[in-house]
Amino acid sequence: MAANTHPPEHHTSTGLNHRKLLMWTFLGSECLFFGTLIANHMINRNKAAFIHDLPPSCILDIPITSVSTFVLLMSSVAMVLGVAAAERADVKQMRIWILATAVLGIIFLLFQVYEFQAFVNEGLTIGTNLFGSTFFILTGFHGAHVTLGVIWLLSLLVTSYKRNDLLVGNPLNVDIAGLYWHFVDIVWIVIFTVVYLVGAIGLTCTEVGL
Amino acid sequence: MVAANELIGGVLAKRPVAPTGVVGWITTIDHKRIGILYGVTAFIFFILGGIEAFLMRIQLASADSSLVSPEVYNQMFTMHGTTMIFLVVMPMGAAFFNFVIPLMIGARDVAFPRLNAFSYWTFLFGAILLNISFLTGGAPNVGWFGYSPLTDNIYSGGSGVDYWILGLQVLGVSSLAAAFNFIVTIVNMRAPGMSMMKLPVFAWMTLIVSFLLVLAFPVLTVAITLLLFDRLFGTTFFDVSAGANPLIWQHFFWAFGHPEVYILILPAMGIVSEVLPVFSKKPLFGYTVVVFSGVLIGFMGWGVWSHHMFTVGLGPIANSAFALITMFIAVPTGIKIFNWIATMWGGSIKFSTPMLFAIGFITMFIIGGLSGVMHAVAPSDTQQSDTYFIVAHLHYVLFGGSIFGLFAGIYYWWPKITGKMMSELLGKVQFWLFFIGMNITFFPMHFLGMDGMPRRIVTYAGESGWEFWNAFSTAGVFLIGLSIVVFIHNVIYTARNGKKAGNDPWDARTLEWSISSPPPEYNFVEIPTVKDKDAFWDEKYSQGPDGRPIPKVQGAAEVAVKEKEHNIHMPTPSYYPVLLSVGITLIAGGLVSHLSVSIIGGILALFAVYSWAFEPATAPDAPASSEKEGAY
Repeated sequence: MAANTHPPEHHTSTGLNHRKLLMWTFLGSECLFFGTLIANHMINRNKAAFIHDLPPSCILDIPITSVSTFVLLMSSVAMVLGVAAAERADVKQMRIWILATAVLGIIFLLFQVYEFQAFVNEGLTIGTNLFGSTFFILTGFHGAHVTLGVIWLLSLLVTSYKRNDLLVGNPLNVDIAGLYWHFVDIVWIVIFTVVYLVGAIGLTCTEVGL
Repeated sequence: MVAANELIGGVLAKRPVAPTGVVGWITTIDHKRIGILYGVTAFIFFILGGIEAFLMRIQLASADSSLVSPEVYNQMFTMHGTTMIFLVVMPMGAAFFNFVIPLMIGARDVAFPRLNAFSYWTFLFGAILLNISFLTGGAPNVGWFGYSPLTDNIYSGGSGVDYWILGLQVLGVSSLAAAFNFIVTIVNMRAPGMSMMKLPVFAWMTLIVSFLLVLAFPVLTVAITLLLFDRLFGTTFFDVSAGANPLIWQHFFWAFGHPEVYILILPAMGIVSEVLPVFSKKPLFGYTVVVFSGVLIGFMGWGVWSHHMFTVGLGPIANSAFALITMFIAVPTGIKIFNWIATMWGGSIKFSTPMLFAIGFITMFIIGGLSGVMHAVAPSDTQQSDTYFIVAHLHYVLFGGSIFGLFAGIYYWWPKITGKMMSELLGKVQFWLFFIGMNITFFPMHFLGMDGMPRRIVTYAGESGWEFWNAFSTAGVFLIGLSIVVFIHNVIYTARNGKKAGNDPWDARTLEWSISSPPPEYNFVEIPTVKDKDAFWDEKYSQGPDGRPIPKVQGAAEVAVKEKEHNIHMPTPSYYPVLLSVGITLIAGGLVSHLSVSIIGGILALFAVYSWAFEPATAPDAPASSEKEGAY
């Protein structure tokens, strides 16, 4: 026992790797973080003042956001392929799919920048009303999580050129980033459903046609 | 990036491989030293929070007093509450988690030693950030639960509330990091044979507390982030004129705040569950039931938060539902109390100081628990809400409960931590001063509350008739202060004259007592194999036909393991945890002072994160630990 204490993968009581378990508990914490932000939006969105005499939810552009949601979903597919390549120690494929995941994440973020810009042009800022406050803080924090994920993935990509030994034979380093990425993706699916789709139920946004 | 880091890291901070002195403490990643750092820091804040309480009690000792101005008084009760909860009871619990848990479960360290160091330093800097507001034009003065809209810019213009928010935010990072670490440690690093149902109760309670932290703290994080955005960036989350409902703050705060109550009490319950069997010479009565009661409290603690809000007008249905769940949560708590009493029943009880504090915990907690059940009755709570009755209740639970339990832990594990026995005489003097002082201070508050004295008032009129009990209560504070002086004297006396403790001074039951006091850096020469609950007791005793323990003859196994001391490679100390803590604190501090501070903090944090990620846990050139026995 004593001689066996410093290989990279420790023996664990459950057989789960320490770092992977840590990531799962962290994601559990994140569930409550986003859960509270989503609850905050749902409680407050119908209390907001109207913009241009229309309910504020009318400002949401479901077709465009569907496209960005699709992009983010596809990034998760790329992530799965990246993790699989890392587990096969296929460095070339791993780099391709990690890069693809990051690029799709960046495209999603650009959609979000476009969306925020459009809303500000329509007159909805974070200080306009409760809808704006709760919407921007929720999607803003999600965007910050995506940004962090992109930085993480790009760091892995650079690492694969400089310190390949940290990734080849250690697929866990990619796997854990993948867990985080999928979580952020799943949170977006909840946000898209609750904020965009459920928020549109029973809305009449005709007249001005925002 | 890597090359740059290696370059900068190589020049600025050559890795501290085997540092000594102050650098050794700053860069330490040894869970035992971090535990000591937590404990000492928490004790210093205990004194600070005590001084704040003392000022309040002096002011209230006589009617129409004007010793303390209302502004200062408001800062005192806000900082007293915040300090005692976030800077005393939580970190004191963390001190024991750190020192004891790896020893108890037969591990060499926690799962993430550097993350553990990061938790401590982040806690320390967050605490400093919170208290620095005293120097920058006024500490927070809105109460420890900072109800909206009092915390809006209109009513709280200065930077006090901003410091409160950002201090809590940084402390939250610390608590979350520690909680992740202890969940992984307890779930993953148990000695071979130690299944979950053979885990010591203190480790179980630590696990439950960690889960509560992981799930409850993000709710507070969001609530104070919303508040921060309201104050700094013009959002309207709690702005009534924009249609917001400030009650949402209360829901968010207490959805965190009530699990937080169990975060504060469960470690003490765990300590008492360890102390009682040792000093009664009996196994814990109903181990399984005690564990599952703790789990049940952890679950039900999520469904009772609105009992803090019975008077805000949620309506009879909500009030009844929360009243019922609150009453139900008394059931697992009561079960634990009966189990503790049954543990003592028929045992050969030895009234050493830790045992006195443990019994003190049970008696005081019963009183606090009973007034808690009174609050569960919504109509009765309507009478008591925001009176001194609440103050009495919460102090019986937090002071009579948590603090007594933590002192039981201090006296119980002191020999293991320092290797020296504390003076029993001084310990007993401290206990009785503490116990009597506490009751003199807080019991009269029940009467004052019933008589209608509101909490958080700076003074009261002479004709109210509250002066006698207030003066009485203030007298008790002097006894508590005296008992703390006796405790400090005991610490100094023990350091100079304390007799050597040996491995197992209490004839205890868990694994930490099987190794030397203080334990060597690597804890266990050979990781023990566990066969049953009370793993160490099993090694020492077998059970006779009448149920009495029969000592086993020590085998040759102990001698044999000495030969295997080499090749234990412990993780190497590191600069980056403390650097990351500084970075995060600067980011937060910059938001209230100057944005450039935040930017510097951000760069520092980024540097620390990348350096940390590429730094191996154990430096290749680090010496093996065999020759560094007992070194702090």
